[in-house]
Amino acid sequence: MAQITLDGVGKTYPGGGMAVSDVSIAIADGEFLVLVGPSGCGKSTLLRMVAGLETITEGTVSIGDRVVNKIEPADRDIAMVFQNYALYPHMTVRQNLAYGLKNRGTPRDEITRRVDAAAAILEIGAFLDRKPRALSGGQRQRVAMGRAIVREPAAFLFDEPLSNLDAKLRQSMRGEIRLLQKRLGTTSLYVTHDQLEAMTLADRLVVLNAGRIEQVGTPMQVYRHPATTFVAAFIGSPAMNLIPAQMDGEFVRVGDARFSLPDLMMTEAGGAPGDITLGIRPEDLHPVSGPKTGKLSLAVVYVEELGAQRLVHGRIAGHPVVCSLPIGAEVHEQMFLRADPTALHLFDEKSGRRLN
Amino acid sequence: MVEDRPWLNRLVHLVLIMGVLIVAFPVYIALIASTHAPTAFTSGVIPLMPGDQMWQNYAQMLGTGLSTAGAPPLSGMMFNSLIMALVIAIGKIVISITSAFAIVYFRFPFRQLAFWAIFVTLMLPVEVRIVPTFKVVADLGMLNSYAGLTIPLIASATATFLFRQVFLTIPDELTEAARIDGAGPMKFFRDILLPLSQTNIAALFVILFIYGWNQYLWPLLITTDAKYYTVVASIKRLAEAVDSVPQWNLVMAAVILAMLPPVLVVILMQRLFVKGLVETEK
Repeated sequence: MAQITLDGVGKTYPGGGMAVSDVSIAIADGEFLVLVGPSGCGKSTLLRMVAGLETITEGTVSIGDRVVNKIEPADRDIAMVFQNYALYPHMTVRQNLAYGLKNRGTPRDEITRRVDAAAAILEIGAFLDRKPRALSGGQRQRVAMGRAIVREPAAFLFDEPLSNLDAKLRQSMRGEIRLLQKRLGTTSLYVTHDQLEAMTLADRLVVLNAGRIEQVGTPMQVYRHPATTFVAAFIGSPAMNLIPAQMDGEFVRVGDARFSLPDLMMTEAGGAPGDITLGIRPEDLHPVSGPKTGKLSLAVVYVEELGAQRLVHGRIAGHPVVCSLPIGAEVHEQMFLRADPTALHLFDEKSGRRLN
Repeated sequence: MVEDRPWLNRLVHLVLIMGVLIVAFPVYIALIASTHAPTAFTSGVIPLMPGDQMWQNYAQMLGTGLSTAGAPPLSGMMFNSLIMALVIAIGKIVISITSAFAIVYFRFPFRQLAFWAIFVTLMLPVEVRIVPTFKVVADLGMLNSYAGLTIPLIASATATFLFRQVFLTIPDELTEAARIDGAGPMKFFRDILLPLSQTNIAALFVILFIYGWNQYLWPLLITTDAKYYTVVASIKRLAEAVDSVPQWNLVMAAVILAMLPPVLVVILMQRLFVKGLVETEK
């Protein structure tokens, strides 16, 4: 068990391509940290640098108190779960689990004890003598995790371990990974492109974009106070509405609607007049029946029925907007919506930085 | 194409049966001829029914050989052929699998050059380089030896190429998992690569064994001592009896005997062989 520290870590490929730049994160002992971002954002490269499968060109990675930049993957005291499981196809499940321990010269009875213990935790005892090809996707996934557990490493590294499973299985495995990690208390670094997985698994999550950190925080911090428009659009489903708006000294205006600045808890620096981007989550828009002045006017285009809620797609001041209404809510061609000022997110139009 | 038309089925079977007959008939003739006495051929008509001289013919070929044609007993020649085929097959596999391992998994200077150099030799069969190779082998004093019979034929671009393709299909993540599991390069080779290429090794062994067994020109060139004659190269010697009629019954017995080991290898390894050729799942 150990903390993992990334200090100014970067990766530049020989051709000059930059995959990751200046990433500094401290992962506490026992913490579950999720790296999330769109494909090509450098999250897997970062994980592979921690694993030792990719060389580190800038900065340092420490596991425990030890800088591991030049240390072989096998000696870093980590275990990794791969996306396609990477089980050895010619070995039985038991041999797969035992292989790493055997290579380290662990005594045979100790190997047996650990393999049986891991098999019991993951409930794979029944097929220890089968080959991976005779297992289903979910079972292979468990074996891959078992191979990580038997090592009793300082840290688990997960590289999109659930993306090869179907939706239902993915959900149940997600819960299991979470419980398992809490039970073992092992520091974990988890890479995914699925924001839902990131939200539900993470103690803290790191949103990456184009090789840089956009935001680090607990899932609720990131959801409630996205630091940039990128994070705002990436985290949450359906995605946050981002609407161009104008700000003068007193108000933020969108079409006919306006919100007064004191309500928005604007920081001093963000108060300058000009064009800004206004962010509103679909569930923060509520229909009003009373007076219509100063409200957001939505021209409805179509409605998606999700069962538990109705997603109303339309336009506000010419910009596409999604609004999530409870079932039974009436939908008209023209609707007037209000939003709680505390639920509004203001971003700088150019830099995308948060203003309030 | 899955269609069920009776007349088409019959036609297809007819073609197949004719194909089998065309291939099998000469073998049948050889087998029948080897069971007759030498006099059976003097009439000019080849018998089609088995004769009664089978044991005598085979016993003579295996035990004493055909002294009139200068051929030693076949048992010794078959042993030589076996050694030659085995050493060539195993040697080729060992050398090509290790060189493919180096080319695929290690980054060393001139790696591409090494690969292309191997690739280019694909275009140079033994026959093309036979004179210089003979000179080298002669200078090294390897004429009339097992080493001379086998070593020049061992280097193999085809097999290296094949193993390279096999290794390229093994996912990178498996290599990485092994690295994290603490397997060094040689351990990875032994524990992961070898078992995964097992069926390919078997398929290649069958092909190379037959290649080695059927070598004709090279053994003919470098063996002058009867102790090192191989079966296939000697069949011609059997037939060219000086000042006498070739003893076809004995020649055919030798042919059948020479054919047996490759057939046995194919039959015994058929399951692995087919698996190695068609299996894609890794």
